[in-house]
Amino acid sequence: MTAWNKFLDTFFNAKVMAKYLPDIVYGTWVTIELAVFIVLAGIGAGLVLALIRALGIRPLNWVIIFIVDLFRSLPPLVIIVLLYFGLPSAGWSPSAFLATWLSLTLVLAAFAEEIFWAGITSVHKGQWEAARSTGLRFGQTLISVVLPQALRLTVAPLTNRTIAITKGTALGTVVALHEILGMASSAVSNSYNPSPLMLGAAAYLILFIPVVVVARWIETKFAWKK
Amino acid sequence: MSKIVKAYGVHKHFGPLHVLKGVDLEVAERELVFVIGPSGSGKSTLLRCLNRLEQPSSGSIEIAGIDMLSPKTDINHARQHIGMVFQSFNLYPHMTALGNVMLALRKVAGMGRAEAERVAGAALERVGLGDRTHHRPAELSGGQQQRVAIARSIALEPKVMLFDEPTSALDPELVGSVLAVMRDLRESGMTMIVVSHEMSFAKNAADRVIFMDHGVIVEQGPPAAIFDAPAHERTKAFIGQIRQH
Repeated sequence: MTAWNKFLDTFFNAKVMAKYLPDIVYGTWVTIELAVFIVLAGIGAGLVLALIRALGIRPLNWVIIFIVDLFRSLPPLVIIVLLYFGLPSAGWSPSAFLATWLSLTLVLAAFAEEIFWAGITSVHKGQWEAARSTGLRFGQTLISVVLPQALRLTVAPLTNRTIAITKGTALGTVVALHEILGMASSAVSNSYNPSPLMLGAAAYLILFIPVVVVARWIETKFAWKK
Repeated sequence: MSKIVKAYGVHKHFGPLHVLKGVDLEVAERELVFVIGPSGSGKSTLLRCLNRLEQPSSGSIEIAGIDMLSPKTDINHARQHIGMVFQSFNLYPHMTALGNVMLALRKVAGMGRAEAERVAGAALERVGLGDRTHHRPAELSGGQQQRVAIARSIALEPKVMLFDEPTSALDPELVGSVLAVMRDLRESGMTMIVVSHEMSFAKNAADRVIFMDHGVIVEQGPPAAIFDAPAHERTKAFIGQIRQH
């Protein structure tokens, strides 16, 4: 066997790939499902937290800042492991899916809150004053005047952060979540051949390249037109 | 003539700074009052206290019969009747001219879309921008933006209009269009309080000029008296300075 053939046999073994393709496809669906739930819940929670923070209630803001800083500082892997292996001692055993989803949602919510908050505070004070001087209430001003301007500024950092955190779904493999990487690794152990990992990498590319392209499109579309 | 603005003993502190030191201001219906004074004299703060964009430290303010400082007053309702125009226009950049004017009509005055559109269109027509309704602020000149801002206020049919240096941010050739709109408002009988240094406009249009310095009203009177024969040294010095520009 030549070196080249050996390389192909190791990384692109057609037989092994064909055998484990259904597993990888299954893992891909798990990853997609997980990613969608993380993005929806994480960005939603981040926005809600930022809006609450805009109310300017001091003690509440300290709580929000503490939580946000906590989850921005902790490595996502640590949170996943803590939730999955730690919570059962407290009487609740989340599934691998739930533990991974919750961990990454908390991290995304924390970063999203900071990004939304930065957007809200960067809107000029005169916008608030103009709206309030016409009789708009605080909430109306926030929703109709400030938030639309803030969101434009947040699109670029938010999409980048979302992609970074969503890729973290691969961390679920440490708690035996059957997502792409998890399925690929077990296929490797069963077949003594790393080809399934190449399939897994391909699955990630197929999944995330369109997301990256769409993100770039969104960024151009929302670029501030002064 | 009945007084529509009654402010007495208004004080405002910003931390250690005592910006307003007991200002009394009465404005009659249909009166146009000009407020002049050096920067830091408290004239803008006084204006902003009137609609409570700034909370006065003490004093009493009543506008169109509404006690502005009472905790029982619905401040949002009260503000609907006090128009305010800012130096920096503060138009909503994500909305068209029409959208800028319509927002408060819909959210505050509670109009339906069609009615708000009609009223907003009429207001823009009145400030000479009937052909610019679907332009965004970025597509308008400074003078046009400020006229949209005026339309945004007058569409709500305010009882008093506050102008905070409405022409200071404009290129000289655009000032005239804004002043023309203000003159039109004046002729329609709008009560106006204007912080501005547009002396020739003040001479033609103002009923009264107030000179403020260091948080107090130093003197006030008809424009001719204040501009041509001020009684106080500080007023003299200030008028001399703005004349040179």
